[in-house]
Amino acid sequence: MTDISLSDTSVHLTRAATARKAGGGDSRFRYTALGAALLVLLIFAGVFVSLIAGSTLAFKAFGFGFITSQAWSPTREVFGALGPIYGTLVTSVIAMAIALPVGIGIAIFLTELCPRMLRRPVGIAIELLAGIPSIIYGIWGLFVFAPWFQEHVQTPVINALGDVPVLGTLFGGASYGIGIFTAGLILSIMILPFISAVTRDVLETVPNVLKEASYGLGSTQWEVMKKVAVPFSRVGIVGGAMLALGRALGETMAVTFVIGNAHRIAPSLFAPGTSISATIANEFSEATSDLYVSSLIYLGLVLYAITFIVLVFALLLLRSMERKAGK
Amino acid sequence: MSSSGLANSTLYLRRRIANGVFIALSLGAAVFGLIWLTFILYALLKNGIAALSPTLFTEATPPPGSKGGLSNAIVGSVVMSLGAVALGTPIGLFAGTYLAEYARYGRLAFIVRFVNDILLSTPSIITGLFVYELVVAPFHRFSGIAGALALTVIVIPVVVRTTENMLLLVPNGLREAAFALGAPQNFVIKSVTWKAAQAGIVTGVLLAVARILGETAPLLFTALTNNFMSWDVTKPIASLPYVIYQFATGPYEDLHTLAWGGAILVTATVLVLSILARMLEKKQRN
Repeated sequence: MTDISLSDTSVHLTRAATARKAGGGDSRFRYTALGAALLVLLIFAGVFVSLIAGSTLAFKAFGFGFITSQAWSPTREVFGALGPIYGTLVTSVIAMAIALPVGIGIAIFLTELCPRMLRRPVGIAIELLAGIPSIIYGIWGLFVFAPWFQEHVQTPVINALGDVPVLGTLFGGASYGIGIFTAGLILSIMILPFISAVTRDVLETVPNVLKEASYGLGSTQWEVMKKVAVPFSRVGIVGGAMLALGRALGETMAVTFVIGNAHRIAPSLFAPGTSISATIANEFSEATSDLYVSSLIYLGLVLYAITFIVLVFALLLLRSMERKAGK
Repeated sequence: MSSSGLANSTLYLRRRIANGVFIALSLGAAVFGLIWLTFILYALLKNGIAALSPTLFTEATPPPGSKGGLSNAIVGSVVMSLGAVALGTPIGLFAGTYLAEYARYGRLAFIVRFVNDILLSTPSIITGLFVYELVVAPFHRFSGIAGALALTVIVIPVVVRTTENMLLLVPNGLREAAFALGAPQNFVIKSVTWKAAQAGIVTGVLLAVARILGETAPLLFTALTNNFMSWDVTKPIASLPYVIYQFATGPYEDLHTLAWGGAILVTATVLVLSILARMLEKKQRN
């Protein structure tokens, strides 16, 4: 009798211990998960804080005038961000002007027109293009694309437009191959698959009944796209485009190789220039004085602020699109 | 009657032409996209194949004018990527788990998700500056550790995102069944939901590796580079992307060839990893 009751208690005790242990582990596990989530927030805040801390010296020296000044002289220790900011914005605008229509075209092709058999392979190929590291675009741009572009596009264009008033200035000067325009073109190839992937995902959320109703009324494919699918997913397409813009603004290696690294803003788009990221990448290891390093970090802060604003808009638009699609 | 019929048929013709133009344009867009992929891969093969030889893996980067390989860069890339994955995966896994299992609809989860998406798209050169300020500047020392940390900051958001997405695919019935048996939540997560989402979580890690293997910008002022074979992560260490950048922008022809060889290695590895990840993800979704 006693025997049984003894073993009974011991069994009971082990169970209680297991349960307690499991329960204790449970809250520890929960806090670990919470801690990891908070760490994500901490990293984000850390990036901002470290950039602000690092740029204090330059901010004290130049203030907000840094953003509007074109001066960049490491020997005289005078720095201004206008040249790099100009390069970043112009290359991104060129990239978006090309990649946006083409990317949307690819997405429409993939969702609506592509024969079912080709849909997967073409989609995968486009996504692989998105996976190629930016340094590959850079080396390809420098050794293959820029020389080809110089010989077959720049030189003829410069010769043809040389005397036309406005275009002659925009596309004038010497043909170097590398420059702001080339960087914009390489960027456009880089963000193209990204835009088409996001747009495709958004277009796939258009309910089939809407499209079928429109086809039922006799619409052509173009009309269904223009009047049903695109209006329905407009917010998402804009969000995706802004996400791509965020990527273009911050892209470093693809641009650094081909932009030419010149701080002076030239009137011609074919002229060499620089972007914020290219300036940081090219000059950081050569920056000897504290003020030089601090100015480069200030540049980084400007870039982060610009991309942050673009990304917040992009994400808010995409979120509202998701809600609409009932995800 | 006949005039309106005529108007109708011209209208119809116009609509059909517009549609034809539209189809041609979007077909053209797809061809345009694929052409670049072909051009880039072709250029890689054409220029890099000459550099592909066993010495690429056995010898360290040479000074200009002599022969050599990329062994130090390969070692550095592997060491730093492994370090970044070893550190970033648990953090990303737990953070993603928090979002999907503990606070799915909470306010904190919303904020973390949003901030994570921002980190996911943060320019990698900014990540490099961050780690420079955090680790390199205070200790006055470039190191493999700093490089690995910079890559970790890139790994975390990728893993968080995929982990959460994959855990959300796990049907609630599985969780409820385990809870009904009296299992505590940590047990449910570890033995049921993580198990069910295993392939998907591995997908996230593969995608993260594919992403960091080609990253150059965050290494420029963290890991720097090293012309000699080195396993010491407390000192500057070479990496494939850095060496490609260094050699390609230099003036020496033979180093250009090595840069192309490195470019082939990186691209091939990244593409294989992406394809593997895609296959695993498909398995997870089925």
